[in-house]
Amino acid sequence: MSSDELRESPSLQDEELEKATYVASQWQLMWWRFRKHKMAMISAVMLVLLYSITLFWEFLAPYDPLRYDVDAVFAPPQLPRLFDASGVHFPPFVYARMAVQNPVTLRTEFTIDKSTRLPMRFFVKGDPYKLWGAIESDQHLFGFDPDAPMVFVLGADKMGRDLLSRLLAGTRISTTIGLAGVLISLVLGILFGGISGYYGGVVDNVIQRTIEFIRSIPTIPLWMALSAAIPKDWPVARTYFAITLILSVIGWTGLARVIRGRFLSLRQEDFVMAARLAGSSEMRIILRHMVPSFTSHIIASITLAIPSMILSETSLSFLGLGMQPPAISWGVLLQQAQEIRSVALAPWLLLPGVAVVLAVLAFNFLGDGLRDAADPYSR
Amino acid sequence: MLRYISHRVLMMIPMLIGISLVSFLVIELPPGDFVSYRIAIMESGGASVEQATIDALRNQYGLDLPLYRRYLRWAGNVLRGDFGLSFTYNKPVKELIWERLALTVVISLTTLLFTWVIGFFVGIYSATHQYSLGDYAFTAMSFVGVGIPDFLIAIVILWFGYSWFGVSLSGLFSQEFASAPWSWAKFLDMLKHLWLPLLVLGVGGTAGMIRTMRANVLDELHKPYVITARAKGLKETRLLLKYPVRVALNPFVSSIAWALPRLISGATIISVVMSLPTTGPLLLGALRAQDMYLASTFLLLLSVLTLIGTLISDILLAWLDPRIVYGE
Repeated sequence: MSSDELRESPSLQDEELEKATYVASQWQLMWWRFRKHKMAMISAVMLVLLYSITLFWEFLAPYDPLRYDVDAVFAPPQLPRLFDASGVHFPPFVYARMAVQNPVTLRTEFTIDKSTRLPMRFFVKGDPYKLWGAIESDQHLFGFDPDAPMVFVLGADKMGRDLLSRLLAGTRISTTIGLAGVLISLVLGILFGGISGYYGGVVDNVIQRTIEFIRSIPTIPLWMALSAAIPKDWPVARTYFAITLILSVIGWTGLARVIRGRFLSLRQEDFVMAARLAGSSEMRIILRHMVPSFTSHIIASITLAIPSMILSETSLSFLGLGMQPPAISWGVLLQQAQEIRSVALAPWLLLPGVAVVLAVLAFNFLGDGLRDAADPYSR
Repeated sequence: MLRYISHRVLMMIPMLIGISLVSFLVIELPPGDFVSYRIAIMESGGASVEQATIDALRNQYGLDLPLYRRYLRWAGNVLRGDFGLSFTYNKPVKELIWERLALTVVISLTTLLFTWVIGFFVGIYSATHQYSLGDYAFTAMSFVGVGIPDFLIAIVILWFGYSWFGVSLSGLFSQEFASAPWSWAKFLDMLKHLWLPLLVLGVGGTAGMIRTMRANVLDELHKPYVITARAKGLKETRLLLKYPVRVALNPFVSSIAWALPRLISGATIISVVMSLPTTGPLLLGALRAQDMYLASTFLLLLSVLTLIGTLISDILLAWLDPRIVYGE
């Protein structure tokens, strides 16, 4: 840790700072370095928000994501506003929507009626739900007059369902499938990467060739083939688990390589040799000396592996091979965007794609920040 | 060199066996088989099928044999060029695949070339003009390229084309050529449509290539031998191309090993979105209809293609860097 890097933090004086650096733990040093990576900090905050949505979407969403209004197919977004010609309004309001039949195409088209304001209501009773499958409630963060037609803050899909509620609901599957997939990959990766790096020789050779083999198969076709074998009538939870497994089939190879590489290079380090000379047992050397010095790297690699898992689930569900409706994930929502005509009619169908991009970028930046912070030689 | 090449070719044999095993097991994964599929169709037509007929059918297709015998039989047929029958098209698989496979190869290879050329020049530019406006612009672009899934880019471009210009940008041929036999005019027509899938597919890969090339050239640029060469009065372009770029080229060539599976994967989804007449849509259709011989043939041949690509990149790399041959 160079001291001029730390000197920039104004709260500490130079001398105190140097003392602080001497006694700071590895994690403390990492945190100091990480804090300076602005994009990574912003991304971390964004991800915390994203996972809060994952936990509480039932409460945050104005409607039940399966509730539909047949008269509101592809209804346009009614964004909440604070101002209109007559000044500031509180609570925020949306303009009412009017359906008009086009005399030529006979299609229902919508116009925004600027003369009617529908006020937003906070902490309202709405569609009932069961939070985490246990807590029954009908409280929603916000909503609109329950007797009036549904209000679509981000527009409606082709069945007349609220896109905002569906987007929030999709967050749960889309963001956790990455975590679950990486968890399984990590277990496999540590197991095989560790064995490979620790024993070396024939075992290492076999495992490395296997990894090369798995990586040489084009992933998407393989995933497509495997997930096509999932019966369509499986319950959501089982499909979810199957998909995580399928994604991990390939995901573990990357992590196993990273872990093996770290293991191999650490075996040569002086402090490992010193521990061995001091008579430490192999187990103690691994757990006490080697594992702590590569956990930070592993965490960074994991963070960088999550976005590709999220993308893969989205791609598979987009093709109709992943999660199946009525399950809701960003990929399932994007299925409706396969029809270019629908997208032209209702561009808001692409919003789940925006969510995917944001989540992926946030994880990438966070991973970059963590990797830089974890590397003691980085500047 | 010859010894190295033959060694690499020999290494491919276990890989090929592995790939054929994976492809075969994929056929076996879904519940039911070809016969239960046929019977379901017959029964939905109102006919009742006797157990004896079922057994006879199973026997006829060799489905009553144990798994390993069936694998050997299938693998033997594949080696003779017989990939089985497509249930949905009721045609031998080999009649369906070659043109699509060829187009997949054309698209993947042109994209790879495109990615390389752009990555090569922009990477060198970014490295020699580090922290310039251009460097920052390319860095920002490569972040976007990495973050946005390519099928989304495809949708957005198609949407723009449709709603702003009223044209459909999907497909690889104009309508009049779609089912016409190959001719010079059809080829030119394909070139006219090729740029879009190329662009969409290339964005992610190019971004990666630029980053790799930039990092490698940057690593070399500050080494003492560069300073020596400059002190000797070597011209800047010659200096750059003769030494640092040549060293930086190694990771670049070896990147084909991961670029090719990625391209073929990416092409699969993009061709579904853009309805290109490549393997993607047919594979998806085959998987949805559980047309397993067609699907497994695609899986097998796509993987073999990737293996061949990797082999070529290894040989290129060995030719570029003799240390690899002697290191074996």
